[in-house]
Amino acid sequence: MQLVLGQDETVAEVAAETEAEAPAFTTMEEFQSMPLAYPKFMVDNLWILIAAALVFLMHLGFATIESGLTRQKNTVNILFKNVFIISMGVLTYAFWGFNSMYPGDFNGWFALGTPIANGFEGADALANMTSNYADYTYWADFIFQAMFAATAATIVSGAVAERIKLGSFMIGATVLVAIAYPITGSWKWGGGWLDVAGFYDFAGSTLVHAFGGFAALAAVILLGARKGKYVNGQIKPILGHSMPLATIGAFLLFLGWFGFNGGSVLSADPGLVSLVFVTTAMAGCAGGLAAMAASKIFLQKPDLSMALNGLLAGLVGITAGADVISPMSSIIVGAVAGVLVVLSVVALDKAKIDDPVGAISVHGTCGIWGTLAVGIFGAGDFTFFTQLKGTVAISLFAFFASLIVFGLLKFTVGLRVSEQEEEEGLDVGEHGVSSYPNFQPAVDL
Amino acid sequence: MKKIEAIIKPFKLEEVKESLNEVGVEGMTVTEVKGFGRQKGHTEIYRGSEYTVDFLPKILIQAVVPDERCEAAASAIVKSAKTGKIGDGKVFIYPVEEAVRIRTEEKGEEAL
Repeated sequence: MQLVLGQDETVAEVAAETEAEAPAFTTMEEFQSMPLAYPKFMVDNLWILIAAALVFLMHLGFATIESGLTRQKNTVNILFKNVFIISMGVLTYAFWGFNSMYPGDFNGWFALGTPIANGFEGADALANMTSNYADYTYWADFIFQAMFAATAATIVSGAVAERIKLGSFMIGATVLVAIAYPITGSWKWGGGWLDVAGFYDFAGSTLVHAFGGFAALAAVILLGARKGKYVNGQIKPILGHSMPLATIGAFLLFLGWFGFNGGSVLSADPGLVSLVFVTTAMAGCAGGLAAMAASKIFLQKPDLSMALNGLLAGLVGITAGADVISPMSSIIVGAVAGVLVVLSVVALDKAKIDDPVGAISVHGTCGIWGTLAVGIFGAGDFTFFTQLKGTVAISLFAFFASLIVFGLLKFTVGLRVSEQEEEEGLDVGEHGVSSYPNFQPAVDL
Repeated sequence: MKKIEAIIKPFKLEEVKESLNEVGVEGMTVTEVKGFGRQKGHTEIYRGSEYTVDFLPKILIQAVVPDERCEAAASAIVKSAKTGKIGDGKVFIYPVEEAVRIRTEEKGEEAL
């Protein structure tokens, strides 16, 4: 525990007592009858599982915010991609990603993936289903990490929306989630070279969010802007079709973030999980307020979509240091993220990088900021330079991995739907169905 | 028989309907439409970029009335739809050749 808390002593004492009263066990029955150790293990493990379920809910958040911020003629397509990502993400993680990301002893840069275990008995059960493994079981570990893995590709989905070919997206996203994400993940969380270098990323400002953001940036550059977004040097906004859906999405993501960050404590440690809840919520709220103010000041009007982006920006910002940044500092981290996201969205638009939902700004820009913030506000042995090195290394890797994958797709099967399909919408073009068949089609008047 | 077409501000629909009922207009058809007149559209802002909305949402009311009620109906619409600000809309009146009530096949003013 890095922070000096009021109850620190008590927590430490309780922990010490538990340790003292926890003699080694030789059978599962012995472990289960241990008076303090087993209930503690149950609570820890249960919290990781609840957190995993909360992170799963974030996929619904992504699905709703992305469909809300895009046009109704592409809604089925966006939702389809989101269903695909979680389905593909969990399964590829089982067959390759988990063991590639957490290989144990490895060279620090890359490990081959292998399928997860298929069941434990006897000594294996004792090693994987008890506190011999961690404060949680092997299964809890896998499912919690699997929910994270799919998040990285979901980020890309929003940025490339409304113009990418479904098949090309599915192939590209699979390669990113299955192969690329576990590589950079292993560099830090798998105990690789960045971990050895002292880089810190608590729940993934860089490992998940900046990875997704920069993978998205490369894909968007290859893909080009949506038709009609930049005309004669002017930015023509393309409005999202449902602000209520987008708002539901942002709130669901906020809710899921309690699991994303809170679960990353990797135990139910009362002091630490509570602190993480507080820093996470404070940063998210500060991000929301800051984005509201920034949009009013820089963009003339208090913009709802920016406020939603601001909430998420604050959450992304605190993710790297939610357990080592104090509540008051978390407000600063979140507020800076909230302003950054507005400036980043405007700057990307000026550069004609068309990101319909602001994913590159929320996850890429603020992912880097959050990682650097650990070097500024983090209570512990963190240096700004190491944080910079880590986030730049992983962001660059994600960018080039995505550039290669989507580049290959662009020059083989193609990346973009036809102009006609883009105008008529990907719902009918890719899926042969309308999202709202009983409503009149929207006409851009 | 006369057909009255009135383009009004959407939030005025309820008032206009009541005022038409008061002067004895027993039926009408309402359509959500978009358009502009001399006032043109307005600009809105989304994520920092301005765009113009040329076509503003309006309500189009169509009602066919006997000749002697036409004057009263038209002025009821004008009175109830007026805010005094630009964009209040317009009223058009056309002659109607024939009307048929489909259920009973009544014709002319009987059908109204």
